[in-house]
Amino acid sequence: MALMRVTSPHAHGPLSTARVMQTVLLACIPGVAALTWFFGYGTLVNIAWACLVGLASEAIALKLRRRPMGMYLKDYSALVTATLLAIAMPAYAPWWLILVGVSFSIIIAKHLYGGLGYNPFNPAMVGYVVLLISFPVEMTSWAAPRGVNAIEVPGLLDAVKLCFVPGSVDAVTMATPLDLLKQNKTLAVDALWQQNPQFGRWAGVGWEWASLGFLAGGLWMLYRRIYTWHAPVAMLASLTLMAALFDDGGAARSTGSPLFHLLSGGTMFGAFFIITDPVSSAVSNLGRLVFGALIGVLVFLIRSFGNYPDAVAFAVLIMNFAAPFIDYYTQPRTYGHRQGGTASRKGAP
Amino acid sequence: MRKIWDFHGGIHPPENKHQSLTQPIRRAGIPAELVLPLNQHIGAPAEPIVEIGQKVLKGECVARPAGFISVPVHAPTSGTVTAVEERQVAHPSGLATECIVITSDLEDRWVEHAGIPDWTSADKATLLACIRDAGIAGMGGAGFPTAVKLGVNPRGGSIDTLVLNGTECEPYITADHVLMRERAEEVVAGTRILQKLVEPKETLLGVEDNKPDAIEALRRACEGTDMDVVVFPTKYPSGGEKQLIEILTGRQVPSGGLPADIGVVCQNMGTAVAVYRAVVHGEPLISRITTVTGEAVAQPGNFDVLLGTPMSFLLELSGFSADRLQRLVMGGPMMGFTIPDAAVPVVKTTNCILAPTEKELPPPPPAQPCIRCGLCAEACPASLLPQQLYWFSRGKEYEKLEAHNLFDCIECGACSYACPSNIPLVQYYRASKAEVTQLKRDQAKSEHSKTRFEARQERLQREAEEKEAQRRARKEAAEARARQAAEAGSAEQDPIQAAIERAQAKKAAAQEGEETPQRPAVAQLDPAQLAIERAKAARAVSADQSPAEKARANLERLQERLAKSEAKLTASREQGAEATIIDALEAAIEKLRPKLEVAQQEVDALGDEAQPKPAPAAEEKDAAQLAIERAQAARAATADQSPGEKAQANLERLRQRLAKSEAKLAASREEGADDSIIDALEAAIEKLRPKLEAAQREVEELKAGQEA
Ligand code: SF4
Ligand code: SF4
Repeated sequence: MALMRVTSPHAHGPLSTARVMQTVLLACIPGVAALTWFFGYGTLVNIAWACLVGLASEAIALKLRRRPMGMYLKDYSALVTATLLAIAMPAYAPWWLILVGVSFSIIIAKHLYGGLGYNPFNPAMVGYVVLLISFPVEMTSWAAPRGVNAIEVPGLLDAVKLCFVPGSVDAVTMATPLDLLKQNKTLAVDALWQQNPQFGRWAGVGWEWASLGFLAGGLWMLYRRIYTWHAPVAMLASLTLMAALFDDGGAARSTGSPLFHLLSGGTMFGAFFIITDPVSSAVSNLGRLVFGALIGVLVFLIRSFGNYPDAVAFAVLIMNFAAPFIDYYTQPRTYGHRQGGTASRKGAP
Repeated sequence: MRKIWDFHGGIHPPENKHQSLTQPIRRAGIPAELVLPLNQHIGAPAEPIVEIGQKVLKGECVARPAGFISVPVHAPTSGTVTAVEERQVAHPSGLATECIVITSDLEDRWVEHAGIPDWTSADKATLLACIRDAGIAGMGGAGFPTAVKLGVNPRGGSIDTLVLNGTECEPYITADHVLMRERAEEVVAGTRILQKLVEPKETLLGVEDNKPDAIEALRRACEGTDMDVVVFPTKYPSGGEKQLIEILTGRQVPSGGLPADIGVVCQNMGTAVAVYRAVVHGEPLISRITTVTGEAVAQPGNFDVLLGTPMSFLLELSGFSADRLQRLVMGGPMMGFTIPDAAVPVVKTTNCILAPTEKELPPPPPAQPCIRCGLCAEACPASLLPQQLYWFSRGKEYEKLEAHNLFDCIECGACSYACPSNIPLVQYYRASKAEVTQLKRDQAKSEHSKTRFEARQERLQREAEEKEAQRRARKEAAEARARQAAEAGSAEQDPIQAAIERAQAKKAAAQEGEETPQRPAVAQLDPAQLAIERAKAARAVSADQSPAEKARANLERLQERLAKSEAKLTASREQGAEATIIDALEAAIEKLRPKLEVAQQEVDALGDEAQPKPAPAAEEKDAAQLAIERAQAARAATADQSPGEKAQANLERLRQRLAKSEAKLAASREEGADDSIIDALEAAIEKLRPKLEAAQREVEELKAGQEA
């Protein structure tokens, strides 16, 4: 009788990496639905095209690195990177912009560093920042939301045309609330709100609902224990705190209310879909608290005092860089040890 | 309700316990052949004290403990010893081990035995001796000798809490569950004996809440006692000793320490029952409850099974289909290990035989890259960062591994279970632990030998003259005797060797005269045994040893013991033994160290003053140990023996053994002994022959080398 000899454990849990990635993709649905409702099919077209590019890039990279293609393509990680980048980009982005961004994310930011699990920086955010720096105009042309100034959003066919033959259809773009707040030097916040209907109820027509959608997806992932609450909660908390500290009650120099910061731009998306990328964040729970909190602070500082109206991507990349240091100082306390702390302090028992 | 605590991490794998819980405990019956490994416990393997062909009764001791951390082995039923040889056993290493094989006569006749019915008035030493003589070792899986664990607390300090572990958190296993359900009275009776030994302030019986019937039975049995049945939520691995202690007391066993350090002693439920049977009824540990389960068996359940029963015997009783089986696991799916062959015997630690089908426990899928999701860290009961340990293991970054507390990993497997990328994390940790230990040992060794070398140089100088004089005197005396022994053909050998041979000849003569039980010739003489024999022989020669030499011998013995303990510690670590065992071994080593220092001082002092003084460790030495020491001292004197002489001596010894074996074979044939015995003897002779040839070759080679 040939009996198999393997070491324990013999049982394995139900979760697989592919399942984790699928869950992330599913969790995008509410947010993407809100974006599609308010801005039209642009985001969906972005995602579809980005996924194609993503899979192709992954296949090429695997081929070049002589890795088994089947197993890695099936882990869904390329789809997640592509989808997250597509969501972060302006709707109706031209096809080449997506091509450049996604292929850069996957081939350079992911595979050049050794592939899944080895990349120190969040690939989607690397792609995003590269595009923002190289093509600032395209990356900041945001479509106008449905219903503002009686605007109608483009249909599906127009969306596809806009993507693949840029300029073929007239599309209305409009400054985002974050842009407006940043450019505003003279008006009190209330007046600014009144002059610009796109501010919506809390933080911008469309944006606020998309943010709530991403929040819902994130809570679902927390419930499914895909990741822990530490990083997102820390980021949202520190951003709220910073906004509350600097909010001077609606004067012209206001940096925006906490609620405005929480629901505008990429805050929720970043908190639940970007900074929770496990590969490039800190490892311990304490580490993730620190990691998230610092991202919250950075997002606020860059939004309010930096050169860019939104800042999630920059903040995340900076903190990716700091993650190893955070890990070093935030080792948890092992059972039977008096203290956790830094790895070096306990070097000599 | 008592307050209970939670521990970090943990997982909830499917329990799969109901399959084996539907039926009451069944008696497995008596198999035709029982195989009793001599190392069913942690510690030194027992030494056989039976001969091939010897009739034994149920409960008769067939192997005695070889050292402090060791327990005896008893015959589980009556029958005949048919072999003492290496057999495949259930051990993570997969190595064959020396076993006593008994062919049962199906009469199941008990040896005369009696317990201590009024144990309440017996003193602790008597009870401990009784537990030790009954061969009881922890039955939860580790197999640490129970009497040692219950005896002296190595670090002093008092015990305030006695914990009985009825958690059984591993999936599938229900051996303790049915034991508590059906024999709660025995559990409680055994616990009362443990209470007397430990004298705790409180006694806690910890059970997971997935065993309501066991809890009820225990509560009923505990009525009117000062024992507390504590129920807590089911979570793997709450049955790990450290985790259970945290759940029940909120205290954590310090890293590298023992539960006794925080005033806790933890025992398994099955062990408590074994203690009860030993003390009250005088029955040694010869059977246990074992779960047989998995989808490859038709009727999963629990058996009251004699130790030594082949697992295949139980599998057949359970209606098992070999074609559906893909691996056989001893223990549970989380920490159990696969066994090479269904013929291996049930031992003291066999709580479960798991025979899963391929569908049930599929072979591990290929590992994917770590995505650093942290699910492993969420699951780790030791609050480690398994993903970091994994990276460092792969990079062989040993310092970082230690800084991240690799050695606090209890190898529970929770991290591997949770890992979505199917990385066999525990496998990496086991390998890394072994590597780190090896590395450390090498370092320590080189440092140690350096200091030792220096001290030795000094000492040697001081003693050189005195020693020379003594040696000359001894040599003269011995040479005179050696000349008389010339007929043994050992004229060219040195006196010690001659003495050994004479002693052996004497022993052989004695054996012919009286039928003393003796080690069968089949058994491979292990080095310790050889040492004893040599020691006995050398005794005559070394009678005029000086105290200084005695002290030195003692020192060397201690050093050897330390080295052995360390080797064992490494081995246990490599095999992934339970933390308790490793802790115990570490404690033992700690204990040896000061002794060693005292001995060293003694030697130094004697070297200076050269006046007789009793060796400090002498009071705990028995005659045999003293003899060993003297032998070792004598051995030091033989250091000037050339390799050629040594090889020659070895050759002689082997020749003698062969001659003895052949004589015995002839005698057995004449007496018309059992075929099995004759076969065994023949096998032994066959085994000796190649060794003899090798020895012969060695002698020749050495000779040739000298001539060249
Ligand atoms: S669970 Fe597996 S994939 Fe996730 S961090 Fe741990 S080792 Fe890496
Ligand atoms: S095997 Fe070790 S690292 Fe893994 S969960 Fe258990 S204690 Fe933690």
